[in-house]
Amino acid sequence: MNAPFYIAAVVAFLSTFMVVTRRNAVHALLYLVVSLLSVALVFFLLGAPFVAALEVIIYAGAIMVLFVFVIMMLNIGRQTAEQEREWLNPEIWLGPAVLTLVLAGELIYVLSRMHGRAYALSVVSPKQVGIALLGPYVLGVELASMLLLAGLVGAFHLGRREGTGGERRP
Amino acid sequence: MISQVPFEHGLILAGALFALGLIGVMVRRNIIFILLSIEVMLNASGLAFVVSGSRWGQPDGQIMFIFILAMAAAEVSVGLALVIRLYHLYQSLDADRASRMRG
Repeated sequence: MNAPFYIAAVVAFLSTFMVVTRRNAVHALLYLVVSLLSVALVFFLLGAPFVAALEVIIYAGAIMVLFVFVIMMLNIGRQTAEQEREWLNPEIWLGPAVLTLVLAGELIYVLSRMHGRAYALSVVSPKQVGIALLGPYVLGVELASMLLLAGLVGAFHLGRREGTGGERRP
Repeated sequence: MISQVPFEHGLILAGALFALGLIGVMVRRNIIFILLSIEVMLNASGLAFVVSGSRWGQPDGQIMFIFILAMAAAEVSVGLALVIRLYHLYQSLDADRASRMRG
């Protein structure tokens, strides 16, 4: 019963490829939502239902909504897609893409040389995750809360309107 | 329903997604696409953690994914605030426009 895993993996790969190659930001964002949902399906099939739910709620929900808001605020129109067409000529993207694909091919080769035996995966329930999260990892939870607070303060500071903080326009 | 996929195939998927995100970071000049590609890379590394955690049946992989999720949320809020700032300064989303820093 592992056909769903491979189908979800192919969907994730193709939609991520579309994210990287689209010219319109909103189209790329929609493909990224598809990619995140298929990765959530992979998580569910691998026996991690809690993380699958978090992937849908936080990644495909909250973070993507942030991107949608910013794209709407910036009011990116048709001329931006034309600009993307100029920026994406092959002599710019060919070098980095080929070199990265060489590295990825090497990684896939090394991983496929390992003995590919199928293990009986066990479901890690949300209860186990919660016990470990608030037990041995409670310091990490505190640090994550401080990081989120720092992100909040930083986003507030950077997003202020001009003129309220005395900064100069160049 | 638990599928019996080999552990390596999950890691191969994570590596392929990470490579696609890396290509996006290096190739694109639009700063929104760079942020999206960074999200793809973070998600792929989280996938590697979850695959490893489910291979050994331990919750640690999922906990690392939760930390990656919190970090991605903080990163994207600051990053998008910087994008708005950059757009107001230069009226463009070109990352090269901000190559000169001034104090």
